[in-house]
Amino acid sequence: MREETRKFDTELAVIGSGIAGCAASIFALNRQIDCAQVGNTGAVAYTTGYLDLLGAIEESSAAVAKPWEGLAQLKNLHPDHPLSRIPVTDIRKGFDQFATFLGECGITYTAPRESNITALTPAGTLKKTLCVPATMAAGPEAFADKTPCVIIDFKGLKGFSAREVVANLQDQWPTLLAARIIFPDMDKGEIYPEVMARALEVPATRTRLAELLREAAGEVKVIGLPAVLGMHRPDHVRAELEQLTGLTIFEIPTMPPSVPGIRLREMFEQVFPEKGITLIPQQKVTALSFDTDGALLCLSDNYGPITIQAKAVILATGRFLSGGLEAHITGISESLLDLPVSQPPSRTDWYRDGYTDRRGHPIHKAGIDIDTSYRPLGKNGKPYNEHLFAAGIILAHQDWIRGRSGAGIAIATAYKAVEAAEKFLLAQHA
Amino acid sequence: MTPTLIERTSGAGEQTLLTDVLIIGGGVTGAGIMRDLALRGLHTLLIDKHDLCAGASGGNHGLLHSGARYVSNDLHSAIECRIENELLKRLAPQCVEDTGGLFVAVEGDDPAFAEAFPGFCQSAGIFCEEISPAEARRLEPLLSEEIFRAYRVPDATVDPFRLALENVDHARMLTDSIYLPHTEIIRFEIDAGEIRAAICRDNRTLAALRIVAKQYVNAGGAWAMNIARQAGCTDVNLLYSKGTLLISHDRMTHHVINRLRPPGDGDILVPGGTVSVLGTTSVRTDNLETNRPTVAEIDTNVIEGAAMIPALATTRYIRAFSRVRPLLQSSDSGDGREATRGFALLDHTSQGLINFCTITGGKLTTFRLMAEKTSNLVAERLGNTQACTTDSVPLPGSAACRWTEPGAAPRYWYKANNPDDMILCECEMVPQSAIDEIVRCAPGAEADMTLEAIALRSRAGKGPCQGSFCGIRIASYLYDRGYYRDKTGLVHMRDFFNERFKGMRTVIWGQQAAQMELAEALHCGLLGLDNLDNE
Repeated sequence: MREETRKFDTELAVIGSGIAGCAASIFALNRQIDCAQVGNTGAVAYTTGYLDLLGAIEESSAAVAKPWEGLAQLKNLHPDHPLSRIPVTDIRKGFDQFATFLGECGITYTAPRESNITALTPAGTLKKTLCVPATMAAGPEAFADKTPCVIIDFKGLKGFSAREVVANLQDQWPTLLAARIIFPDMDKGEIYPEVMARALEVPATRTRLAELLREAAGEVKVIGLPAVLGMHRPDHVRAELEQLTGLTIFEIPTMPPSVPGIRLREMFEQVFPEKGITLIPQQKVTALSFDTDGALLCLSDNYGPITIQAKAVILATGRFLSGGLEAHITGISESLLDLPVSQPPSRTDWYRDGYTDRRGHPIHKAGIDIDTSYRPLGKNGKPYNEHLFAAGIILAHQDWIRGRSGAGIAIATAYKAVEAAEKFLLAQHA
Repeated sequence: MTPTLIERTSGAGEQTLLTDVLIIGGGVTGAGIMRDLALRGLHTLLIDKHDLCAGASGGNHGLLHSGARYVSNDLHSAIECRIENELLKRLAPQCVEDTGGLFVAVEGDDPAFAEAFPGFCQSAGIFCEEISPAEARRLEPLLSEEIFRAYRVPDATVDPFRLALENVDHARMLTDSIYLPHTEIIRFEIDAGEIRAAICRDNRTLAALRIVAKQYVNAGGAWAMNIARQAGCTDVNLLYSKGTLLISHDRMTHHVINRLRPPGDGDILVPGGTVSVLGTTSVRTDNLETNRPTVAEIDTNVIEGAAMIPALATTRYIRAFSRVRPLLQSSDSGDGREATRGFALLDHTSQGLINFCTITGGKLTTFRLMAEKTSNLVAERLGNTQACTTDSVPLPGSAACRWTEPGAAPRYWYKANNPDDMILCECEMVPQSAIDEIVRCAPGAEADMTLEAIALRSRAGKGPCQGSFCGIRIASYLYDRGYYRDKTGLVHMRDFFNERFKGMRTVIWGQQAAQMELAEALHCGLLGLDNLDNE
């Protein structure tokens, strides 16, 4: 049987379904640009749910308390960093639009503030971040106030130990306690956060869990749990549990792939088509070519081959984990168009000797270069194609890991790439 | 047998331990001497400045030589290997996988060497059977089509960690002999032609320890020359050769694959459980402490290895490591391959000492023989008339030592069939119960064992993720068990990841780059292990 090729026409095609790709689709929606999004969801399931803007200045050890002020410092020290090239007002607009959109779709976030939030990690360490899901917000608040609190974990859920969280925070938070309970109907063997979250979509499970939580809390009024409070309506699940128990409840991220990441992925997959985005998730673009009218994307899914004709394309394919960049024994390449990659001179220089060296590793600053209109540069140093734009952590001259700035780079550059693409599209129509 | 007495001197608060024999160096040779002497009823103390197999014993292919590798240039070593290979297969089968080996010549290799090979093997008494190149490729489908000659030999693989652990454990069972990790010799007290005491330091607590023995054995491997000099002996002369090896993500072959030519770079691929080990480059070095693989060494091994097994050019590697081998000084040739692979036992009487000896050189395959010769000298000096029995007494297996065996953990886990015993290392299927067992009673287990020490006693962290996930899970589990009660667990985690990274740094390309990016996002981006000291 020969399968017929399905063809789509769109103004803007976004390649990549990580934070940058999804942010680009959201910004395109807000600007009423007709949009298609394709590509592996890649690393979204690996996010904690925290939205970092700037948690540290790269190559230094100081944590950043005030990220907006930190951006000025970043610009002084690393003028070629993608965030150093974007006006702060645009970064704010990007964050506001992104967080607002998530909230409207059922995953409420705290609004960006002037100061970073000191958020909790599953190891009981602390992390600077800009916005956290509403389900997690009470944790940093309780930590800041040193409110008496019980961290509760579950028998069979490995990688999350309440005693570990308490052991590492007890110096700073002496009123913190640990307790372990058995999740309803999951008393044997290993249990998984995703399964627990889906079980909590059922009201009866919530009622039973509420009873166990109340018992474990004893006299204490605030409890922290691993992030398992529902998949599609986490705010509702948390609110109901709070009502049933009379307690303040917050989530702490777990090891990836984590529920907060899966929540985002599933929400985007449901909401984008409803809002008119042509979404072809979980599939990799196999070829991308350009002619005078625009770009042609080729891919296929379970129903056969697909082509998408687009007037503009945003490349947001991520780094090694998501497949946007490839590391070879001989060097680093960009996987879709073989765009030039700014990179260290040889493999010997990719990594420093010490893994946790605070200065980070040169390989992380590798990536593609763009011009001021977010067009990737070709081998001749000129824009590769006028229809092509790029966003996200595929961009060179940033170390999102050491900078604690992954979401910040993704959202801010997506905002600017969509802005540039819109300008280009409008000029075409004119 | 002398019971070990613990005394405290009034002044410095320094501890004194008494024993029949102090053995310095926890490689397989030191562990083998410990067991050999225990079988003769003697009490021993084994010390190592790091931990078991920290030197060349742990940094090799895990090859149990048939001897065929040495037939053309070192007949004596070849014969020793043949005999020891047969003994170990029979007496310590739990540590050996009888894979068989192939020697293959590829286009461009010297046909005359290939032609002469069976004759060399015959003179060493080593079984060698010619098979057609087609048959070789049937046995090992990944072999190059450029092969023009192939022979089968009785090579096998051996797990040096389990071997050392079980030798130590058997000695403990026999005479309550004791192994002390992280214990380094600082100086010897010498008087009237005898060592009276060894002054040691616990490298973690920096506490001083005085060990008084009747006999002192230097089994320091590459460090043997330095240790001998601390006792004033200048008759140990070693050359050091740095070897660099790679570990592939998958097991590439069933057999040990050797290049049929005189020893050179990238000429051997040894399977080990679920992985394969490719090696080795060989360069002279004077540096004993901080040898790390270089990108150039990695690339040489990959290019040379791919001549035998083309898939080695494209396969995923998860780790590389370098270790220093001690070679007895006999010539000044370039890379150390021509220096003898034999071993030497020095009794140091010419140096004016009557209770000190040094055993060095040799190789993993002949460790038992080295232990036998050394123990014979020590026993004779102590007036002990019992003969060596390590050539007839099987090495008993120990439950706490079994977790180093590649691919074995899943078997134990399925057998136990306890759903609450969760797998902590998912790459190598190491369950909670294994960690419990190791922390409780593996040789060298102590009150504050690090994640590195646990990993050394199991397969945890040896798979494709190289511990980046299981390190977190094991630490969590140990917090859960109350083993960690403060930030020590975080520091151990960070140190463990830093240690594993040393072996990954030069082989991070392809899928491994994606793996590293995820690991770093987790360890540094989320948990902030790069910032522990600043908190």
